[in-house]
Amino acid sequence: MASLVGSRVERKEDGRFLQGRGRYTADINIANQTYAVFVRSPHARAKIKSVDTSKALKSSGVVGVLTGKEIAEDKIGGLIAGWAIRSEDGSEMKVPANPPLAKDIANFVGEPIAVVFAETLDEAKEGAEKVKVDYKVLKAVVDPADAMKSEAIHDGVDKNLCYDWLLGDRKAVDEAFAKADKIIKVDLINNRLVPNAMEPRACVVDYNTASEEITLYTTSQNPHLSRLVMSAFGNVAPENKLRVVAPDVGGGFGSKINVYNEEIVCSWASKKIERPIKWVAERTESFLTDTHGRDHVTHAELAVTNDGKFLGFKNETIANLGAYARVFGTVTPTYLFGPCATGVYVIPAAYSNVKAVYTNTAPVDAYRGAGRPEATYTIERLVEKAAMELGIDKTEIRMKNFPTQFPFKQTLVHTVDSGDYVAGLEKAKQMADYAGFEARRKKSEANGKLRGIGVSSYFEACGIAPSAAVMSLGCGVGLWESAEVRFNPTGQISVFTGAHSHGQSHDTTFAQIAADELGVPMENIDVVHGDTDKGTFGMGTYGSRSLTVGGIAIVNACKKIVAKGKRVAAKMLEVNEDEIEFKDGEFVALKSNKKKTIGEVAFACYLPGQRDEMKSPIPEGDEPGLIESSFFDPANFSFPAGSHICEVEIDPDTGNVKVEKYTAVDDFGRIVNPMIVEGQVHGGIAQGIGQALHENTQYDETGQLMTASYMDYTMPRADNFPEFNLGFTCTHATSNPLGVKGCGEAGAIASPPTVMNAVIDALGGQEISMPATAEKVWKACKAMKKSNAKAA
Amino acid sequence: MKSFNYHAPKDVKDATKLASSSSAFLAGGMTTIPSMKLGLASYKDVIDIKKIKKLSGIKVSGKTVTIGATTKHVEVATSKDVKKAIPALAKLAGNIGDAQVRNRGTIGGSISNNDPSACYPSACMALNAVIHTNKRKIDAEKFFTGMFETALKSGELVEAVEFQIPEKADYQKHPNPASRYAIIGVFVAKHKKDVNVAVTGAKSCVYIDKDLSKKLSSNFSVSSIEGTDVKSSGMNSDMHASAEYRANLVSLYAKKAVEAC
Ligand SMILES: Cc1cc2nc3c(=O)[nH]c(=O)nc-3n(C[C@H](O)[C@H](O)[C@H](O)COP(=O)(O)OP(=O)(O)OC[C@H]3O[C@@H](n4cnc5c(N)ncnc54)[C@H](O)[C@@H]3O)c2cc1C
Repeated sequence: MASLVGSRVERKEDGRFLQGRGRYTADINIANQTYAVFVRSPHARAKIKSVDTSKALKSSGVVGVLTGKEIAEDKIGGLIAGWAIRSEDGSEMKVPANPPLAKDIANFVGEPIAVVFAETLDEAKEGAEKVKVDYKVLKAVVDPADAMKSEAIHDGVDKNLCYDWLLGDRKAVDEAFAKADKIIKVDLINNRLVPNAMEPRACVVDYNTASEEITLYTTSQNPHLSRLVMSAFGNVAPENKLRVVAPDVGGGFGSKINVYNEEIVCSWASKKIERPIKWVAERTESFLTDTHGRDHVTHAELAVTNDGKFLGFKNETIANLGAYARVFGTVTPTYLFGPCATGVYVIPAAYSNVKAVYTNTAPVDAYRGAGRPEATYTIERLVEKAAMELGIDKTEIRMKNFPTQFPFKQTLVHTVDSGDYVAGLEKAKQMADYAGFEARRKKSEANGKLRGIGVSSYFEACGIAPSAAVMSLGCGVGLWESAEVRFNPTGQISVFTGAHSHGQSHDTTFAQIAADELGVPMENIDVVHGDTDKGTFGMGTYGSRSLTVGGIAIVNACKKIVAKGKRVAAKMLEVNEDEIEFKDGEFVALKSNKKKTIGEVAFACYLPGQRDEMKSPIPEGDEPGLIESSFFDPANFSFPAGSHICEVEIDPDTGNVKVEKYTAVDDFGRIVNPMIVEGQVHGGIAQGIGQALHENTQYDETGQLMTASYMDYTMPRADNFPEFNLGFTCTHATSNPLGVKGCGEAGAIASPPTVMNAVIDALGGQEISMPATAEKVWKACKAMKKSNAKAA
Repeated sequence: MKSFNYHAPKDVKDATKLASSSSAFLAGGMTTIPSMKLGLASYKDVIDIKKIKKLSGIKVSGKTVTIGATTKHVEVATSKDVKKAIPALAKLAGNIGDAQVRNRGTIGGSISNNDPSACYPSACMALNAVIHTNKRKIDAEKFFTGMFETALKSGELVEAVEFQIPEKADYQKHPNPASRYAIIGVFVAKHKKDVNVAVTGAKSCVYIDKDLSKKLSSNFSVSSIEGTDVKSSGMNSDMHASAEYRANLVSLYAKKAVEAC
């Protein structure tokens, strides 16, 4: 039987998605449901003097109105930060309380203050308009760079500083810098991004008055984690009385990791009003209240020798957490950022210092890549600038500093198990026709255009797990993953996974690997996820961990099935277990060549007896049934890496930037489904080009979000992209039996610096910040013309 | 969205009879519906005019092209008659917003709304259009009176727009990357006697750039407007584009339009 792993199997989920048959949270309706509308702060920072709900309560169709007062009285807990980060001076991070409904103070525009439930959505909206909140507006802190000098917005958080974290050795870095021929410096802004999942957040809650169980249907990337948090910290219900279902979810990108205010409030309230509740975010609510991504202000330096060797690296970053610290908010700019900031290079001395600050803006959390795009942007801008200033070819300077031995002990934290960075960059150069660039540049010039080429080489640490490692870095939970493989008596197989698919195609990929392990057709396998009542437990999907952690749990559970199957088959075929070989779904007795299919064995496991004879196929010590589970906790992160090359053409008259060519060569280890992997890379590059050229989240100085709709927030579109040219090098990971590495975030990690390096190359080295909008580029072109004229 | 009474009259008389100070005509709904959904506008009566047959369609006579108010952008963009008589107008319609907007938005809705960055108003100005309403005929230059303001009286309905066929014309637009409205749009039309350069997106309301029009009237070539200093004063400055950038684009796109004529 040909292996399914490695082949371009069509996606099992395409049929339902393409025909509009998906079942999303907003598609779920429960008889007798009420509709929730939240009253949100219109101010970025304001004292809540009073909330008057009397008029709302009398409004037509209104069933109930709840505020921060009631939720506090019921001792419902707030939103949490999942990772505890310590400052350089050893002190613990400062985390303000984040109640699900703000009671005393509102800290960003859109923060929920009260909620109205009514018979219809329109009535709920009308009711919400009648809730009168008396605010005392305070001066908002908006700019992260000024936050430490501004008035503290949270009690007990001096200078608005959550932590002042250091990773690395300042003294060693100083010594390295003292030996350098040249210091390369950059000042960077990693622009804030709004995740913009296609499906807005939503929840439907059903409280069962008989069993006292709450069922929460929600748009989550990690339903088990949501249940855990709501139970352990939210005090909403014990875990056995709370079922969380995340059905089809239309994109998350990190923004659906958190348990949000609305989910906690509706779950709590459903029990209180004894009615089902439905809430669906409007797009503006998504813009205002989904956790945002990035938002760093960085100064970084690279110490180099004249012949292009890297000696030392320093990184001073201010990370904007927004108003509150959320689940991955505090780790994203530290352990997901700092260790990767030295990139794919041997740099003997390095440190990253990050000051995370609170501001009166939407909370910032993990967003596709989480910390690693910021890291890659920092180092790859420096490396490109070093090449320019030293007059060394930009690929040569990279090759010069790549490690050649694996495992590669990276400067700050990670030991990278496998890779071949030289091969990746060589392949990218060849695919991008790097050598032919000068000719293309001349051709563009002849047409009055500026052409630039940019390179970036990256590695990232993903497959977020090993529990011992992440918990040593402050994570509040272990990040293993679980799976259960269940044979039905008649041979179909349910594979339960704790990972959750919201665009990652698990139905297909996981079925491929299980089918290979069990030697059965893929069609016999159903992948089940997203329901805490089904399957064991799970940590969910983010950090490119589904296949490298969750997929391996499936493999291991399948191996246990095969092991038991062998024992049963041996008994059925009356031979010793070691005389049985399992191949292509059959247990074969090697000597006699008699066989039992895995289906027959499964059937026997469930019907262990036969007419007229006292005989069981179940060996002594085994039990009937064929169900196995596994919890997988890998020994290390997985380390995808690669090199991307981009070419842009600029029209100096308008400043328009056109991405002409984009080549990506990635190493994701063994590839299960090339088509799906290519899709993931395409999506990631598209998001990265969005960050580099288009997406421009802007708050005004009072903390109002100026870009709160698609009229003003530029999402990249198909006509902004060229055909992506993809290649792969596959050095297998050694930390898992499939040899796979995560592929979900790489595109978004590598592409922003690749594009910006190309733009800056076209602009003759002039620095320009993301997003490189037409006007900014036009201004840079004018400045270039002026300085060229002066030179001439 | 607040509830309202929905009407779908079959003729203009019924439509205008229903109109009041708390009503709105509904054409493509591309502006009206989002503003109602966002709570920026609410009406007692919404009068859908798409069922009025007379308001839709394209007629070409010797000297003019007349487009009914509820004619959709996609219909103008793909009309053989428009492409032949005023190709620039078909091109303009074909570059409005995106496919969804073009499949619903109408010319009457566009000009009645008079968004400062809408495309059609510039065509009306440059092509000496006459706006036909249920009450009167209004010259384009008198029709567009300010930001989101027109000469229309309460309850007055646009029936059609009559464009003068030029000798040559072209429309060039720098789209807003987010909405794809015009950051600036320049419509250049060469008529027998003179040339009109109409600009949208740059200021609070569409206008004729007199300087560029005059120069091109005396000599219709790129060189005649080369180096023209388009002043940025009075131009819009917002997060999408500064006044200075808009001024640069006006002169640039005027040249592009002349080149394309
Ligand atoms: C995403 C997006 C992008 C867009 N991009 C562009 C662009 O690039 N260029 C551009 O020019 N436009 C653009 N538009 C505007 C669009 O093309 C429509 O023309 C505009 O939204 C209004 O037309 P409508 O037919 O939808 O009118 P409606 O929304 O139905 O009505 C708009 C207003 O006009 C009134 N009205 C409608 N018809 C009449 C009539 N016959 N008489 C009197 N009053 C009337 C209505 O009462 C209402 O006040 C864009 C719109 C969107 C949503």
